Amino acid sequence: MTDLAERAPASADEPDPSSRPTSSDSVRLEAGDRASRWGWPTAAVAIALLVVAPVAFLATSILDPNEEVWRAQWQSRLPGQLADTAILLVGVGVSSLLLGSGLAWLVTAYRFPGSRLFGWLLIAPLAMPSYVLGFVTISVFGFTGPIQGWWRDTFGADAWFPPVDSMGGAIVVFTLVLYPYVFLLARTALADQAGSAYDVARSLGASPTEAARRVVLPLLRPALAAGSGIVLMETLTDFATVQYFGVDTVSVGVVRIWRGTFDRDAASEFATLVLAIALLIIGLERILRGRARYGEAAGAATRLAARRLRGWRAIAAFSTCAFVLLVSFGAPTAQLVVWMIEEATGPRGTPRVDRFQEFFTNSVILAALTATVCIVAALLVTSAQRFRPGPVTSVSARATAIGYAVPGPVVAIGVVLALVALDDFLERFGSGLPGVVATGSLIGLVYAYSVRFLAPGLNTIESGLAQVPEAVTSSARSLGARPSVVAARIHLPLSRASILTAIVLVTVDAVKELPIAFLLRPIGFDTLSVWTYNLASESRFEQAALPALTIIVVALVPVALLSRQLSKQAAEVTT
Amino acid sequence: MTNTPLRTALVIASVSAIALSACGGDDGEGTIQIYTGRHYDLEEAFTQFADETGINIEFLEGSDAELRERIAAEGEDTQADIYMTVDAGNLATASEQGIFQPIDSEILTDAIPENLRDPDNEWFALSVRARTIVYSPERVPADELPTTYAELAQPEWNDRVCLRNSSNTYTQSLVASLIASRGYDEALEIVSGWADNAEILANDVIALNSVAEGLCDVAITNHYYLARLLEDDPDFPVELVWADQGGQGTHVNISGAGVTKYADDPELAQQLLEWLATDGQSAFVDGNHEYPVNPDVPPEALIATTFGETFEADQVNAADFGALNAEAVRLLDEAGYE
Repeated sequence: MTDLAERAPASADEPDPSSRPTSSDSVRLEAGDRASRWGWPTAAVAIALLVVAPVAFLATSILDPNEEVWRAQWQSRLPGQLADTAILLVGVGVSSLLLGSGLAWLVTAYRFPGSRLFGWLLIAPLAMPSYVLGFVTISVFGFTGPIQGWWRDTFGADAWFPPVDSMGGAIVVFTLVLYPYVFLLARTALADQAGSAYDVARSLGASPTEAARRVVLPLLRPALAAGSGIVLMETLTDFATVQYFGVDTVSVGVVRIWRGTFDRDAASEFATLVLAIALLIIGLERILRGRARYGEAAGAATRLAARRLRGWRAIAAFSTCAFVLLVSFGAPTAQLVVWMIEEATGPRGTPRVDRFQEFFTNSVILAALTATVCIVAALLVTSAQRFRPGPVTSVSARATAIGYAVPGPVVAIGVVLALVALDDFLERFGSGLPGVVATGSLIGLVYAYSVRFLAPGLNTIESGLAQVPEAVTSSARSLGARPSVVAARIHLPLSRASILTAIVLVTVDAVKELPIAFLLRPIGFDTLSVWTYNLASESRFEQAALPALTIIVVALVPVALLSRQLSKQAAEVTT
Repeated sequence: MTNTPLRTALVIASVSAIALSACGGDDGEGTIQIYTGRHYDLEEAFTQFADETGINIEFLEGSDAELRERIAAEGEDTQADIYMTVDAGNLATASEQGIFQPIDSEILTDAIPENLRDPDNEWFALSVRARTIVYSPERVPADELPTTYAELAQPEWNDRVCLRNSSNTYTQSLVASLIASRGYDEALEIVSGWADNAEILANDVIALNSVAEGLCDVAITNHYYLARLLEDDPDFPVELVWADQGGQGTHVNISGAGVTKYADDPELAQQLLEWLATDGQSAFVDGNHEYPVNPDVPPEALIATTFGETFEADQVNAADFGALNAEAVRLLDEAGYE
C-alpha cells in the first residue's frame, strides 16, 4: 500500500512543484499537459498492476496444470459445481435485477404512504452480511427451527414444507442481501438524471410505461449493469453462505481443495476457473452497459415528477416494500436481538465481550482506510479513462476488477506471496519492508482489502461519470482547464452521488469482509467479522448475535449518511 | 485551490500509509505468539498460564490451512511461535511443509500417548474430540441401536441418517481414518452407503437438532456438540453411543500444536505446551467438553457422567490419518457424498 500511495501522487497529472516551470502561465499549461499525457495512463497502469499482481501470482499456476486433479474433479464434482454455479448466478442475478430496479422505480416514480422512507430503508439490507442472514435463515426456517416445528405440530409430522437448505433457499437469501446494490445504483441514477428525459417523453405523448421502457431504462443501463455485476461477483466468490444451503459452487470447490487436500497449487489452478467465470460476468456487464454515453447537461436535470398512488395501488406498493424490508432486514435483526438478549441474560454471556471496543475500533479503522484508498484509486483510474481514452487506460480499468473476481481467501494468499516476493526483492538492495512484511502490519491488510474492493468503487464511480457528457469534459479542456481541474471542479461535483455511493459500497463491504481479515490481520488485531465468524463457525449462533448485530449497526451508518445525502440532493434538484 | 479534493485525498492516503508502516511489526519478545485454528475458550487456559508465569500470550485466530500458508510464506520473519489447529491433517501437512521444529521434551512424551503425537516430536495433541454415533432413544430401540460406522451404510438406515457435508474437516478425517484402518475400497463402500442413506447437513449442531426434531434417527457428530446442547438443556432428547467398541475403536481427532521452526524463543513455547499437557490440561479441554490427552487427567464432570470416563478410541496414529486427508476428499468425491 505504501507503494500505491507513494506512486500515485507522483503519477498524477501535476508535475512535482519543484520541477514546475513558473516563468509564465502558458509554459505552465504546456508542462501540465505533457505531464498529464503520461501521468494519467501511468497512474492507471500502476494501480492496475498493484491489483493484478497478487492474483497473477496464483494464476500463473494454470500454465502448468495438474492434469490428474482436473481429471478427478471433472469426473466427480466439477460438472455439478458448474451447474450449481450457473443456476445460482442466473437465479440471484435475475431476481436481484428485477427486485432492485423494480423497487427503485416504485419509490422514485410514485408517491404512496412511506415511499420516501422506503427510498432509503430499502438500502438497509446492504448492512446484513450474507453469512449472517444465512445462519439466521437456517436456524429459524430450517427443519429444526421454530417455524417448521410449528408447521409439523399443526399439520402433522409429514406435512410438506419447502426445503430451506436448498438452491432455492440460497437464491432467496442472496437476493435479499444483494438486491440493494441494484436498488441503490438505480435509485442514484434516477436521482442524478432521468427526470427530464422522462418528462419530455411523456409530453411527446409516450405512456408512462413506454417512457420508462424506452427512455428511462436505457439511461439506467450503466447503473443496472454495474449493480448486477456487483451482485454476480459477490455471489460467485462466496464460499461460506452457500455451504449453509448445501450449494456446491466452483468457489466452494477451490476452498475445499485447498483446505481438504492441502494442495495450494491445485486450489489456485481451480481459482482460475472462478476467474474465468468472473471475466464472463465482466464481459456481460460491458455488453449490458452498452457503448452509448448518456448524460444530460447538468443544469437541466430534474427530478421525476412522482405520481401519487391511491387506494389498493397504494396499499400494494406499501406492502411490497414493507414485506421485502421485513424478510431481508427486520425479521432477521429481530431474531438476532432476541438471541443477544438471551445470551446477555444467560449463564454464559458472549465470549470476549470485554474486548468489544477494540473489535469495533479495528473494524471502523480498517473500513475507513480501505474506502479512502479505493476511492482515490478509482477516481484516478476513471479520470485517466476520461482524459486519455484508449486501450491502455480502459484495459487498466477493467483489470482492476480482478481482485473482486476471486474468492477472498485466494486474494489473501496472493497478497501474502506478492508482498513476500517484494520483500525478498527489496532485501537484495539492502533493506526489506519494515516489520514482518505482508502480515505484521495493517499495510498488507489494507492492500488486500483494496485489491478486493476497488472494483465496486470503480464501477460505481464509472457509471456516475458516464452520465457526465463527454462534451462537458472536452469543452472545459478546450477552454484551457487542466485535467485535474476538470476532474475536481466538474466531474467530482457532477458525479457526487456516485462517489458517495461508492464510498458506502466499499465501506460496507469492508466491514463485512471476513476471509482476508482472517488471514492477513496483524496478530492481536481482531475485527467484528472475525469475532462473529469464530462463534458462528462453532455453530454458536446465539453467541454470535451481538457481534453480528454490531456489524449491521456499523454498516448502517454509512448507508444512513448516504440516504440523507441522496434525499437532500433530490430536494435541491426539485427546488 | 484548484484540485484540492483530489490532492487532499492523496495526502491523506500517503500519510496514513506511512503512519501504518511505522506502527507495524512488534517482534514480541517475552511474549508467546500463537497462530491458532482453535477458537473456543482459549482465553481461560491461557490467562491462567499468564497469571502463573507472567508470560504474555498473543493470538492470531484463523482457519487452519490459511494460517499454515501464512507461516510458510512468512518464513524467518514469522511472528508465530506456536501453530495450533483442531485437526491432525493440518498438523501432518505443516510438518511436511517444514514449519515446525522437533521438541525434545520428556514431560510431553510422558504426558501424551504415542499415537497422539508426531513420531518425530514436531507436534503434540492437546485434546481429544471423538466423532461418534448419536441417536434418538425415542425412535431407535435398544436392540436396533447401530454400534459401528459401517452399519449406517446398510439399507435399513436409508433416510434415517444425518451426516455433515464433505467440505468439513471432521467428515474428512473420519473418512481418512476409515481408509487407514480398512483400506480405500472398503472405506469407499461404507461412504457410498452413507451417501445413499443420509441427509447431508451444514454442521453438527443442525445434525443433533435434526435428530431431536425427527428429521433423522441417528447422526454422526463430535461428542462435545452434544455435551454443549445437554449443558443448555439436560433433557435434550439425543443420546450418544461409542462407535466400533470391541473393533477398531471410535474415531478421535485431535486439537494439537507444535513449535514453529523460526520461533523467537522455542524454550518458552515448549514450556507452554508442557503446561497445556499437564497442569493446564483441564483448563484447556474442559471449557469445550473435550477429552484430555493426558491419561492421568480426568475428563470434566458432564462428559464423564453422561458419556463415560473412557471409551475405546481408534489407535491409528493421528499422523497417519492426517496424511490421508487428501485421499479422503477424493474418496468422498468418488462416493458422490455431497
